[in-house]
Amino acid sequence: MDFGGLRALEKVDLYVAEAEIVAIIGPNGAGKTTFFNCITCVYQPHRGDMIIYPPGKASKSLNGLKPNTVTEMGIARTFQNIRLFKEMTVLENVMVGRHCRTRAGIAGAILCTRKTIREEQETLEFSYGMLRKVGLEKQTNEKASDLPYGAQRRLEIARALATEPFLLLLDEPAAGMNPSETAELDELISRIREEDGISILLIEHDMKLVMNISDRIYVLDYGHLIAEGTPQQVTGNPEVIKAYLGECFDA
Amino acid sequence: MPYGRRAPITQKGGKILRSFGVALWFMFLTFPIMVIKISPLEKNIEWRWGRMIYVGAGAFVLSLLWRYVIEQKRGPIPKEEADPLKVDTKDTGWNRGGSHSLQERLAIFFHKNKKFRILTFTGLFFIIAAFPFVFSTYQTSIIITALMYVMLGLGLNIVVGLAGLLDLGYVAFYASGAYFYALMNHHFGLGFWAALPMAGALAAIMGLLLGFPVLRLRGDYLAIVTLGFGEIIRLVLENWNEFSLGPSGIARIDRPGTLGIDFDLRDHTVYLYYIVVVLVAFTIIVVSRLRNSRIGRAWIALREDEVACQAMGIDKTKTKLTAFALGATWAGFVGCILAAKTTFINPASFTFMESAIILSIVVLGGMGSIFGIILGALVLILLPEYLRAFSEYRMLVFGASMVIIMVFRPQGIIGGTRKRHEFHVKEPTGEKP
Repeated sequence: MDFGGLRALEKVDLYVAEAEIVAIIGPNGAGKTTFFNCITCVYQPHRGDMIIYPPGKASKSLNGLKPNTVTEMGIARTFQNIRLFKEMTVLENVMVGRHCRTRAGIAGAILCTRKTIREEQETLEFSYGMLRKVGLEKQTNEKASDLPYGAQRRLEIARALATEPFLLLLDEPAAGMNPSETAELDELISRIREEDGISILLIEHDMKLVMNISDRIYVLDYGHLIAEGTPQQVTGNPEVIKAYLGECFDA
Repeated sequence: MPYGRRAPITQKGGKILRSFGVALWFMFLTFPIMVIKISPLEKNIEWRWGRMIYVGAGAFVLSLLWRYVIEQKRGPIPKEEADPLKVDTKDTGWNRGGSHSLQERLAIFFHKNKKFRILTFTGLFFIIAAFPFVFSTYQTSIIITALMYVMLGLGLNIVVGLAGLLDLGYVAFYASGAYFYALMNHHFGLGFWAALPMAGALAAIMGLLLGFPVLRLRGDYLAIVTLGFGEIIRLVLENWNEFSLGPSGIARIDRPGTLGIDFDLRDHTVYLYYIVVVLVAFTIIVVSRLRNSRIGRAWIALREDEVACQAMGIDKTKTKLTAFALGATWAGFVGCILAAKTTFINPASFTFMESAIILSIVVLGGMGSIFGIILGALVLILLPEYLRAFSEYRMLVFGASMVIIMVFRPQGIIGGTRKRHEFHVKEPTGEKP
């Protein structure tokens, strides 16, 4: 992936197995978010393939798709800087996530056909279930922008889960959270994996969270993959310490 | 000794001082036009100093008043913020039952109080139904115009208020609806009732035509392109004589068909009034249903955040195009009604000013709020009409009221804040994904 003369990502080989939690770490500007944007087809990488093996379906290449099609295939994401639909209620935010799994059209909406009403009811119930899962069921009718920061992050996750993904991409889910919120998030991510068998790929700077929950870790630096392995292997890797973890773990 | 340190100006004193400055500035600015009067015939200059004092005094008082009102408006906000401890400990952040705005409280009251709701609606129904028999034809005609603008506002609201696509060329769809009926009637004698749905469909197609090239544009750029589109349509209508009969327009368009019953002008106005009332009701139902549907949520999501909206699996292209097409449809309907109402149309009725008025209705009334737009349309169309008595100051009052609304209620008269109020009482059912 190039931006003008800058090569943001080069030869990043990465895989996520079913129901696995994988973390990508790396210093600022290492290309982590760019990598997410490539997978979700916000950017089109110049070379390389992205292939998914959805459970129970044939494998597919994601190259050249539109972002919304990628979501439909079962990859959902959250954003580094929260991107909620601020003027909508909490519940509506999650209901938007149901968009690609529902079919009601214009005519159905205008005529209020029985099918549309049923679908709408299902959407409501499903979205409400998602809110319960992330612990926001009491704030159903609040405006999304009125939620505290940590809750907004959790709402973003609920919204992503509403698209029924098999792979969830979390871009710095713990950024700006206090320790107790981070602990809750830790628990939530593990629960999502256990209950729904969803694979999770996350970018995170909070090392405690990363070390706690990830099965494997990839380390990016200047667009290159410099290390991969279990948390123990990565923390022991001298190159990683040099690039990133140095001060943190020397102490 | 506090040499060189000025005593802190008290709030009140500061305000007066500021207003005094404003007054001086105004006196200086208006000096050439208000004070000096040159009469070229007598070749002398008349100095009217007395006027300067009036200007100064007027500016001073108004400025003070303005400052006072602004302060009143900002007043309560810092107070709430000033007590962060309380919010943190007691309130836990969510449970803010008491702090609903007046509008929200009214809405909740209206929602819960079924008796009151039925009473209001029946009252409204009778007023609307009896209106043409109580008031004169002139009044009825004005109300028809206002109701037409309600429909236009609701239509544009889909594009601007819900999908967040700033469309300054909405009048083009209005024109295409009007010209469709006018031309069809002129050449082929097509009746109003047949033309109405076709005009809507044509406008929807025009909406798609405009939608395709502007899919990648946002914000200001979109506004400029749509503005150009509106002007192009008007210029085509003005200059393509063979097609549209040019600037002289099309006259003697048929009024809506009446199944062979003879109507005089008054009957026709009353008839049209009921047609428009029914269509407005239809519009309200359709728009409110759309707004709360899957499509409507996609529109709002698109408005709020395009990137996130796509990441949630919403097809941006499709969503934008449906917004353009569905928004334009109403303009097509209203265009058809306009042609039938005035029986004469020419390109001069479809200038940019029309787009601007419809957009003001949406913005002033409250983006995304149906009730707000109805109110906005009634105010914006009826106010200038009834202000004819002060015809010289009409535009002044109009402009001032717009500025005042924008300063004190930037979200519009009725903001579209609460979109939906679902109460989930079914706690025990729990998750069933």
